[in-house]
Amino acid sequence: MHGEHDRPPSALGHIRICDLSGQLAGAGATRVLAAFGAEVIRIEDPVTKGLWDIVRQMGPKFPGDQGHENGTGFNNHNVNKLGITLNLRTPRGKELLAEIVQRSDAVTENFAAGVMQRLGFGYEQLAALRSDIVYVSNCGFGQVGPYGTFKSWGPIAQAVSGMTFQSGLAGQPPAGWGYSYMDHTGSYMMGIALLAALYHRQRTGQGQWIDMSCTEAGAALNGPAVLDATVNGRPLRRPGSPSSNRSATPAMAPHGIYPTSETDRWVAIACRHDDDWAAAAKAIGEPWTADPAFATLSGRLAEQDRLDALVAGWTAGRTRQDAVAALRPHGVPVAPVAEQRERIDDDPDTVGWGLWPTVPHTLHGPVKVDGIPAHLSATDWHLRRGGPMLGEDNHAVLGGLLGLSTSEIDQLHDDGVI
Amino acid sequence: MGPLDGVRVVELSHELCTWAGKLMADLGADVIVVEPPGGSPQRAYGPFVDDEPDPERSLWWWHYNTSKRGVVADLANAADAAGVAALVARADVFLTAEPLAALAAAGLDWPDVAAANPGLVMTSIRPFGRMSARDGEPCTDLTILAQGGPVFMCGYDDHSLPPVRGGGNQGLHTASHFAVLSTLVALLHKDHAGPGQLVDVSAHAAANVTTEVGTYGFLAMGVEVQRQTGRHAGTALSLPTQFECADGRYVNAGLVPRKGDDFTLMLNWLDSLGLRDEFPLAGLLEIGTAWGIVAVSDILNDPLTQEVYSAARECQEFIANRVDAYDYFLSAQRTGLTAGVVYSPEEVMADPHFVARGWPTPVEHPELGRTITYPGQPYRFTETPWTISRRAPLLGEHQVLLDTAWR
Repeated sequence: MHGEHDRPPSALGHIRICDLSGQLAGAGATRVLAAFGAEVIRIEDPVTKGLWDIVRQMGPKFPGDQGHENGTGFNNHNVNKLGITLNLRTPRGKELLAEIVQRSDAVTENFAAGVMQRLGFGYEQLAALRSDIVYVSNCGFGQVGPYGTFKSWGPIAQAVSGMTFQSGLAGQPPAGWGYSYMDHTGSYMMGIALLAALYHRQRTGQGQWIDMSCTEAGAALNGPAVLDATVNGRPLRRPGSPSSNRSATPAMAPHGIYPTSETDRWVAIACRHDDDWAAAAKAIGEPWTADPAFATLSGRLAEQDRLDALVAGWTAGRTRQDAVAALRPHGVPVAPVAEQRERIDDDPDTVGWGLWPTVPHTLHGPVKVDGIPAHLSATDWHLRRGGPMLGEDNHAVLGGLLGLSTSEIDQLHDDGVI
Repeated sequence: MGPLDGVRVVELSHELCTWAGKLMADLGADVIVVEPPGGSPQRAYGPFVDDEPDPERSLWWWHYNTSKRGVVADLANAADAAGVAALVARADVFLTAEPLAALAAAGLDWPDVAAANPGLVMTSIRPFGRMSARDGEPCTDLTILAQGGPVFMCGYDDHSLPPVRGGGNQGLHTASHFAVLSTLVALLHKDHAGPGQLVDVSAHAAANVTTEVGTYGFLAMGVEVQRQTGRHAGTALSLPTQFECADGRYVNAGLVPRKGDDFTLMLNWLDSLGLRDEFPLAGLLEIGTAWGIVAVSDILNDPLTQEVYSAARECQEFIANRVDAYDYFLSAQRTGLTAGVVYSPEEVMADPHFVARGWPTPVEHPELGRTITYPGQPYRFTETPWTISRRAPLLGEHQVLLDTAWR
């Protein structure tokens, strides 16, 4: 709550969010605000033990028998947030939610379309409670339109938005994304919308509703490919395309992920222009690099299959580390395909950034979590606690914010309201 | 009028921050993008209108610079650099991805810009952040995503194939997403309580925290994952979720049902397609209808549960083999089952839902006498709408602004 004495100067200490969002697509948005000091009050359902948010019990899990407290993702996505329970099936639960809305700057959620309306907390009702409220809803297909009732999560939004298709090798099925890129990115877009609306409200006093569709947010990430189709009539779905380890936009060659002498370890090489290629050719030092056909970008693009095979032949003869060491001093963009341990435990540019802070979880003790990849010079982020246990902050919020007495809160618990 | 109406932004054109500038410009910020003489290097990025390379025909430039105005300045020239510094002194936000040495030489690095404009938010995106010992190393979207973790998690079941960089320059986008998030945080603070500040964004760090379980699962439990075709990287090979349909396109079939209600929906779906009698394992699905939720341990250990579970997966593949991808998506979702058609980016533009929501966005290009359809809004604001207020600037189109803007 406000007044906590261990808080460093925070950027958003003046902002309170009534947060009904969860999973990653929603929780990832309010996570950023919480990291920068906003008071984010997560509202969860006591009846289902908060399991609408499936990451509460999804693996990988902490050990222990309280399933709904063991999802490591829930802890990660909800750092710094307060957690309370409200049974919104009860009139008293709805009254309490209304009181929190009246004391909040914004309401956030990522239920399926129409859920908030059915609960009696659609935008009109929220605005009746507080006229300048900012309300952000985020779902797979948006609140209106022919697919308004369709269900979605990250991989579905990735498929329908074009994100899955544009990730893959020529002649192979789509490789897609090995994680929910659009849950992450949908949450970033949701966070941007929320912060922008709060900024407008702070300056004008005007609230509003933002309807976010995760598939639209994803489809906005393929601009040059879309314009190539709408301007030139050239679809990305054509023979040999996409081939996303190559780079058509901007055009580069060689550009790829190449094998090494070690099993399933790979090295990424990108020659941005002729100078990079000249430097790489010097570092590689084999006769084929002098082939005049490779001297220009257009030549290298025209013979990309042959060039890639030759580069792969060179990389395959050395370790990943040796390939990087041979090219990097020549100024060629080159990188290992980093495995988890080496980029998390062994990388000075993540560890030195402070990217893996340890936060205390009430049940599980100290846990490392994702930090924020931006540092602010005056009001930086600070992660001080793990994700809340179910209803962990009922007393702090219902007492501290709404002014209920301990006995009133105990009664709410006995009545099944919290 | 967008939510950032009145916010003055100077952007030094760079591929690492161009998306951040567009996100703010389309939300109403007044973004002036500064290019070197001859134009931003991004004007040489294809594809080009009618495949004719030209600084004014780059579709990359067009896309990433909507709603911005543009000036030309040579930061190596003292008078030009002073002009840009004066512009930054009148701005709210200074957005850059330039190397620190180049900024300092032009008098444009922190704290010089802060001394002239104490309220300024300066947002710098660098590959590894400003303080890294590796700052100055060349990088591209590929190297960011390779070192940052995403590439390791994407690819195919067959590990003789290389891991895959997801397309569309998402490493650049992710850095820009955090640049905008943190810039808005700094603006909210400045407007409420205080001075401006320096925002230091690391593209490498941004990629690292955008890999879901690959990072937080490793951090919390040391979980190591392997890439798989068209689905989440996992600790062990899981069942496929992506199927080729009758028309050669793919669908993401979503999760396999583990609840009785979902098996009922699956049977309804077969009925709606007139395929229940043809599907030889329908009887197993009928067994599933009596289930509550099934524990994963039962799927692993109980033979009948295993059969029912794999019957559901086979049902998805059975239907995929018989219908087109779009019909699979539509019929599954209308039945109440979650699925997605794997669209290519341009197919989104013609989808009836996207069209009905007015997502494809027309933008006038008067020089060509053409109206071009652009990707549309990532979010809809009821009061302060997202808008493409103008097509990307021509080279030097708003040169006078270098002296006159925001006075």
